[in-house]
Amino acid sequence: MIAPQLVRVLKVGLTLIVLVVAWEIACRAFQVPSYLVPAPSAIAAKLHEKRDLYLGHTWVTLYETVGGFALAVAAGVIAAALIVVVPPVRDIIMPLLLIAQLVPKVAIAPILLIWFGYGLLPKILIAFLVAFFPIVVNVASGLAAVERELLDLGHSLEATRWQIFWKFRMPTALPELFSGMKIAITLAVIGAVIGEFVGGNRGLGYLILIANQDLDTPLAFAALLILSVVGIVLYALIELAERLLIPWSASVNHYLEAERA
Amino acid sequence: MAPSTPATPMIDVAGLRKTYSTRDGAIVTLDGVSFSVAAQEFVSVLGPSGCGKTTVLKIIAGLVPPSDGQVQIEGIRVTGSQRKIGIVFQVPALMRWRTAIGNVMLPAEILGLDPVRSRHRAAELMKLVGLADFATKYPNELSGGMQQRVAIARALVHDPSILLLDEPFSALDMMTRNQLNIELLRIWSERRKTSLLITHSIPEAVFLSDRVVVLGPRPANVLEIVPVPLPRPRTPEMRVTTDFMKIVDHIGRRIGLEYV
Repeated sequence: MIAPQLVRVLKVGLTLIVLVVAWEIACRAFQVPSYLVPAPSAIAAKLHEKRDLYLGHTWVTLYETVGGFALAVAAGVIAAALIVVVPPVRDIIMPLLLIAQLVPKVAIAPILLIWFGYGLLPKILIAFLVAFFPIVVNVASGLAAVERELLDLGHSLEATRWQIFWKFRMPTALPELFSGMKIAITLAVIGAVIGEFVGGNRGLGYLILIANQDLDTPLAFAALLILSVVGIVLYALIELAERLLIPWSASVNHYLEAERA
Repeated sequence: MAPSTPATPMIDVAGLRKTYSTRDGAIVTLDGVSFSVAAQEFVSVLGPSGCGKTTVLKIIAGLVPPSDGQVQIEGIRVTGSQRKIGIVFQVPALMRWRTAIGNVMLPAEILGLDPVRSRHRAAELMKLVGLADFATKYPNELSGGMQQRVAIARALVHDPSILLLDEPFSALDMMTRNQLNIELLRIWSERRKTSLLITHSIPEAVFLSDRVVVLGPRPANVLEIVPVPLPRPRTPEMRVTTDFMKIVDHIGRRIGLEYV
């Protein structure tokens, strides 16, 4: 069990190391100026040199991302439940949702800034807006995917609507909730950064913006690297929760099969 | 009618008609289906695929209203769901997030029965269907035949007086199917639930039943109600006796005449 997992990690790790080394060699061989493409060593040096700078900005971006994501999950599950359980609502909400999804969120960001100022709230709202849609769509299709025979069984036992929802629909939708959350968390990181780009004075997005203005490209890359790590860690946490909470799910078993193979 | 049939049958199906309206006009699936099932009797409804057998079962269960005619259970007209009924479907329809015994306990939970007693009962039923060692397995760890056994245990957990079986073994391979036929006989003889089996297998219907209701092609009506006078308890060896073959052959010809 351990060995194949180790092999998988080694494969990814080795590929990354090879890429980074090639990058370093290319930068030195062609004497690429640092403000165009900084060498990995330069980025590492920048990470070390300004190590006191990052923590605060990372914390802000993390806060915005997780805040927007949590809102999206809560509102998304409620909206999906309404769509599935109250049919008239579906006919009204679905077209509105689609229209809302087609509006570019980058274009909404400046308006949100006007309404809610330069604090954390507009960033959280943008992260929420981009993360909301995949949650609703996935959970709604999951809630509707209960086997017809299982519903017949419930009705034959005179199950209440409440019982049908909590005992039949919600557990059926959990795998879809998790796939929705995996998409949503990556989008929420992007949403938070968009918010910081448009206006603000804190966060990793803001740091990248400032670094660009100063042509301090190594700093921009350092911030980018931290941003990626934040995204990967959040994603991995959701996957871990998925494995712990719904071990019966086909998607979880699929991973395990792949690891055994 | 068999002499053992009491005055008020457990299930009385009278003049059932069912029409569905589609874009191409009304489709009649049931056209005057009548039969009855006595208490503790095992009756099969036999008919070709798509003749509306399942609709009969759903009307008896109160899941679908008939267009005309009525069903009475213990003399009371069915107008909605019936808690005294246990159903086994063509597919196991298990909750994959629950263990086998968790699935068996579902009806008890929905009906709000005493949890301690129903857990005890569920464990007993797992033993009855031969899965005592698999109680804590998840459905995806069980074979198709095992899943259907869990579904049978689930249908019995709230101690219903009637067991409805909607082609429960038709998705299984022949060997598993024969095995489960024998198991079902054993379960029926131990619990003596009034049982109604929907099937399109003539040998299965004859082997299990006291009487076989033979339905004609769509729109379905009752061609004949065939009594099965084979003695109980039934044994697998009976399936190769002349008496058994004669009944199977009779039903086969009866259906064949209608479909040629």
